[in-house]
Amino acid sequence: MLEIKNLHVSIEEKKIIKGLDLSINKGEVHALMGPNGSGKSTLSYVLSGKDKYEINDGTIDYNGKNLLELDVDERANEGLFLAFQYPMEIPGVQTSFFLKTAINSKRKYLGQSEMDALEFAKLMKSKAEELNISTEMLKRDLNVNYSGGEKKKQEILQMSMLSPKMAILDETDSGLDIDALRIVSEGVNKLRNSDNSFLVITHYQRLLNYIKPDFVHIIADGKIVKSGDYSLALELEEKGYEEISQTA
Amino acid sequence: MAATEQTIKQVNTLGNSDYKYGFSTEVDEIRPPKGLNEEIIKFISAQKDEPEWMLEWRLNAFKVFNKLPKPQWAKLNIPEIDYQDCYYYSIPKSLKDKPKSLDEIDPEILKTYEKLGIPLKEQKMLSGIAVDAVFDSVSVATTYKKQLSDLGIVFCSISEAVKTHPELVKKYLGSVIPVSDHSFAALNSAVFTDGSFIYIPEGVRCPVELSTYFRINAMNTGQFERTLIIADKDSYVSYLEGCTAPMRDENQLHAANVELVALDNAEIKYSTVQNWYPGDKEGKGGIYNFVTKRGACRGKNSKISWTQVETGSAITWKYPSCILQGDNSKGEFYSVAITNNMQQADTGTKMIHIGKNTSSKIISKGISAGKANNTYRGLVNILSKAKNARNFTQCDSLLIGNQCGAHTVPYIESSNSDSMVEHEATTSKINEDQLFYCQQRGLNSEDAVGLIVNGFCKEVLQHLPMEFAVEAQKLVAISLEGSVG
Ligand SMILES: Nc1ncnc2c1ncn2[C@@H]1O[C@H](COP(=O)(O)OP(=O)(O)OP(=O)(O)O)[C@@H](O)[C@H]1O
Ligand SMILES: [Mg+2]
Repeated sequence: MLEIKNLHVSIEEKKIIKGLDLSINKGEVHALMGPNGSGKSTLSYVLSGKDKYEINDGTIDYNGKNLLELDVDERANEGLFLAFQYPMEIPGVQTSFFLKTAINSKRKYLGQSEMDALEFAKLMKSKAEELNISTEMLKRDLNVNYSGGEKKKQEILQMSMLSPKMAILDETDSGLDIDALRIVSEGVNKLRNSDNSFLVITHYQRLLNYIKPDFVHIIADGKIVKSGDYSLALELEEKGYEEISQTA
Repeated sequence: MAATEQTIKQVNTLGNSDYKYGFSTEVDEIRPPKGLNEEIIKFISAQKDEPEWMLEWRLNAFKVFNKLPKPQWAKLNIPEIDYQDCYYYSIPKSLKDKPKSLDEIDPEILKTYEKLGIPLKEQKMLSGIAVDAVFDSVSVATTYKKQLSDLGIVFCSISEAVKTHPELVKKYLGSVIPVSDHSFAALNSAVFTDGSFIYIPEGVRCPVELSTYFRINAMNTGQFERTLIIADKDSYVSYLEGCTAPMRDENQLHAANVELVALDNAEIKYSTVQNWYPGDKEGKGGIYNFVTKRGACRGKNSKISWTQVETGSAITWKYPSCILQGDNSKGEFYSVAITNNMQQADTGTKMIHIGKNTSSKIISKGISAGKANNTYRGLVNILSKAKNARNFTQCDSLLIGNQCGAHTVPYIESSNSDSMVEHEATTSKINEDQLFYCQQRGLNSEDAVGLIVNGFCKEVLQHLPMEFAVEAQKLVAISLEGSVG
C-alpha cells in the first residue's frame, strides 16, 4: 500500500524529517507515536501533498505509483485520506454540501456519474447516525463554530463516507470525550478491512485499546527510533519517550 | 505547485472561449447611420410610433446631455468614448411590424433565447417566471402577459407602455433619476430604446417572478435600457434581469437607467445577474456597463432591496441606490462583484435617509483575480429630518493572486445625532489552508476556489430568487475558472 524509504523533508531550510522508513501493507493498522514537534503532522502533510515542504531525499510508493508526483486532489481521489489535527473552517459552505461535493469529485475522477441525491441523503444519514452526529449539525457551515471534538467527529464522518484505501488520522483522539472516543473508534473499526490501511497518529495508548494496531512506531526527531507491536504502546506509557528512545 | 499559484495560473489562462454566451445571431437589421444627433433621436421616436410628448422629452434630454461633463469620480480607467462612432438603434427587420404572436417572430431569434436558456414559447416557458426578452433595441416578446393582466399587473416593454399607459409613464419617468443627474442619465433619456415597464396595482402581490433578459447582438451598437417599476400601495413584486452579449473585439456600450418607485407598504425586490461579455484576457473587447439604478421608497413602510451578481463586462460602473423618503422605509443592497483578467468594476450603493426611522443595510462582496480592479464605493447620507435612522454596512474583499486590487471607499454623511451608522470592512487573500483542505477531499483547485468563493458570497447569493441561486453559484465558479488542464 504505502512504502516510504529514506525520507528527508525540510521546511524553510529547517530539516524536520531525517531519514524515515515506513512500510504499510494492505489491511494493516499502524500507530505512530512521538513527542511534540517530532514530525508526525509534517509526515501526514507530506503524504497528502501540502506544498512548501521540500523533499530532499527518499521515495514514497503508493500502490505502485510515485506518490510525490501526484497532485493533492489526485492523491485524495486515489484513496488517500487525512483526518486533520486541526480541521479547517469553511464559512458559507454547508457541511452536507461539502460532503456531496467531495463524494462527487471522487466519482468524477473515477469516471462515474454523480451520486443520486436520494442515495446521498441516505448514506449521509446512516453514517452520521453511527457517529452520533445530528442532522442539524450537517446543515451548519463546515466546521464553523464546531467544538474541538465535533470537528474531529466530522473528519471521521468524511472518512467513512469517502471510504479511503489509506487513512491517516492525525491526533483524532485529542479533544474527544470518553463516549466520542469510543464512537469514533467504532467508526474506524467498522471501516477496517483487508483492503485498506490506517496510520493512526496519537499521544495516548487509550485510543489503541479501541483501535488495536498491528504495529506501533515511535518517532523522535524526524526518524522512527523503535517499532514493535501493541505492547510497545504499553511500554511507552510506562517509561515515557526519553527512556524508550535511549534504549533504542 | 502551490495551490493558489496553480489556480492563478489557470485563471490567467482563461481565454474568452470560456464565455458560454459569446455567439451571435444572423439577422437582417434595421439600423440608421452611426452618430448621435437630433435626427437619430427623431428616428428612434418615429420607429416606436411615440406620441409627441415623448419625443420632446427626449430632445430636451439631449440638450441637457450636451451641457453635462462626463462623470469623473470612479476609480476606473475609461477610454474616451466617441459617441459619434456608435449606432444608437438596431432592430431585426422581422420585428419592425410588431409580431402579433410568437409564430411571426424570426425563428433565429427564438433560437437565440432558447440557447440562452430562456425559452419564449408557451409550452416551454419557465414556470413561475414571466419574461420580457429584449434583443438589441427592441422587446421581442413578453410571456405570461394575459395571466398577469387578469390581476391588473402591467408587464410590458417600456415602448408599449408609453402608448398604453401614458399617464403612468408621464408621472414617473425621470421622477427618480432626473434627466440632468449626470451625463449617462441624460444620454439614456435621449436615446433609450427598450426595457421593461411594470405596474403592480394596490394590494396585489405579484405571484410570479418578473424578469427581463437583455441581449446585445448587433455590432457597434449601444444598448440603452430603460426600466420603470412602480409598486402601488400594499403591493409586492420580485424582479430579475439577466444580460449577455456576443464576444467581439470592439467595446460596446450598455447604458441603462432603471427607476423604481415603492408607495406605502409596498416592497420591490430587484435582482441582477450581469454576465455581459468581459473582453478577452488582454482586455480586448467587452461591454462597458454604465448603469444608473435608483429606487424611491416614497411611501411609509416601503422597502426596496437590490441584489446584484456582477461577473461580466469590461467595465462596470453602477451604484443601485435607495432614496428613503417614507417614514420607516427600508433600503437594502446585496452585492457580489467578481473581476478577473483585465476587468474593472466600480460599484456600490447610495442610501439617502430622509424619512424618520428609515433603515438601510449594505452587504458587499468583492472578488478580484488576474490583474483586475474592484472598488466598492458607497454613500450613506442621513439628512437632518431622518430621526432615528439606521445603517449597517459590511464590505468584504477577497483577493486571488498578487496582481489584482481591491478598494473600499465608503462615505458617510450624517446630519442627525439620533442616527446610528455601523461600518465593517475586511480584505483578505484566499486562504491556502482552506484550499488544501478542500483538495485533500478530492476537489481540484478550481472547484476548491469556486466552493470557497461561493461560501464567501453566500450572504448575498441567498437573497436571489431560488430559481436563480443555483445558476448564480455556477456563474461565480465559472467566472473564476480557467480551462481545466
Ligand atoms: N512552517 C514551518 N516553519 C518552520 N518550522 C515548522 C513549520 N511547520 C512545522 N515546523 C516545525 O516542524 C517540527 C515538526 O512539527 P510537526 O507539526 O510535524 O510535529 P508533530 O510531531 O505533529 O507535533 P505535535 O505532537 O505537537 O502535533 C516542529 O518543530 C515545528 O515547529
Ligand atoms: Mg501534530
